[in-house]
Amino acid sequence: MAEHHAAHDGKEHGEAHAVHVPVYVYYWNFAALMVLLVITLVAAHLKLGEFNLVIAITIAVAKAVLIVLFFMHLAYSTRLVRVFAGAALFWLLIMFALTLGDYFGRQSASMPGG
Amino acid sequence: VASETVAVGKQSSAAHGTEPHAAAHHGPANLHHHFDDLEQQRECTSLGMWSFLATEIMMFGGLFFAYSLYRWLYPEAFHIGSQRLNISLGTGNTFVLLFSSLTMAMAVHYATESNTQKTVFFLSLTWLLGAAFIGIKAVEWTADYREGLVPALNWTYFNHEEGLRELANKPIGPQNVMMYFVIYFSMTGLHAIHMVVGLILVGAFIRLAARGHFNSGNDQPVELLGLYWHFVDIVWVFLFPLLYLVAGFFPPWWGGGGP
Repeated sequence: MAEHHAAHDGKEHGEAHAVHVPVYVYYWNFAALMVLLVITLVAAHLKLGEFNLVIAITIAVAKAVLIVLFFMHLAYSTRLVRVFAGAALFWLLIMFALTLGDYFGRQSASMPGG
Repeated sequence: VASETVAVGKQSSAAHGTEPHAAAHHGPANLHHHFDDLEQQRECTSLGMWSFLATEIMMFGGLFFAYSLYRWLYPEAFHIGSQRLNISLGTGNTFVLLFSSLTMAMAVHYATESNTQKTVFFLSLTWLLGAAFIGIKAVEWTADYREGLVPALNWTYFNHEEGLRELANKPIGPQNVMMYFVIYFSMTGLHAIHMVVGLILVGAFIRLAARGHFNSGNDQPVELLGLYWHFVDIVWVFLFPLLYLVAGFFPPWWGGGGP
């Protein structure tokens, strides 16, 4: 109980202020983003057929994760904030999964613009 | 003395509470009355911003969905349309925007340290990079317009022999490539509107920061501005490969066509 109280005190003191991490975290994050940008350009050169798209999206997701975790401080945020961020992604997945599933599932239907 | 007592009594009844309001207003100056403490206020404010970003994700998500569907239906049209974009400028803009995210993160960092000078510097750098992005985008759109690739405004690319030759032996027509450009302008256009809003906000924050408005006790506005800016950056991180790198980047010396 005493331990909990001490932890809570520390938290209260720490989180009433903004997340404060050393600036090298931002420099390294930016360096990683630059490496990923180069990789995505090189990968676009390669003739891999469908895998070009898979690689491009994987790298884009990796970049987004780096930005969200370190620039947007989600790596240091409270659980509730992480749940809110995750909920947005979850709703997006619902929209894609259900709607694309419908289009993929009925090939005979007339397609828009077709 | 009597009138003073009446004034205090009025104040205390106006506070809706048993405690006299003016006297009970202890705690940090930046703590709003409806929060228990700064920690609660900070998390609550963060959640508000993340909720807004969730609605933004859904708005862009609709466009990303339209993109996915049309690319699945007409891959050749996306291949041809994408080849008309300038990959060098797109790459440059990706660099500019990722760099602006770094400078924005630095601005937030120094606002937390109450370092007014560095906060103003990094916010200004962020603003310049954002303006550079819009400038490069304007150059690209102008080139698209000159080539006749803007649906509704100037769609004349396929009126020429060269344009039609690209469609030879392909199961698509000009109208399918037009859909690529409708999606391209919708997505980059909505993104650019967000950039302009970001520039207006950053501009206002530079003025506030220069007046010493932000410090370790009042740094969250800068942090929330940063969340918005990084979100707009992330949208571009997806737009770049999806719009520009469809056909692959094949310089003349590489030999052969796209995948």
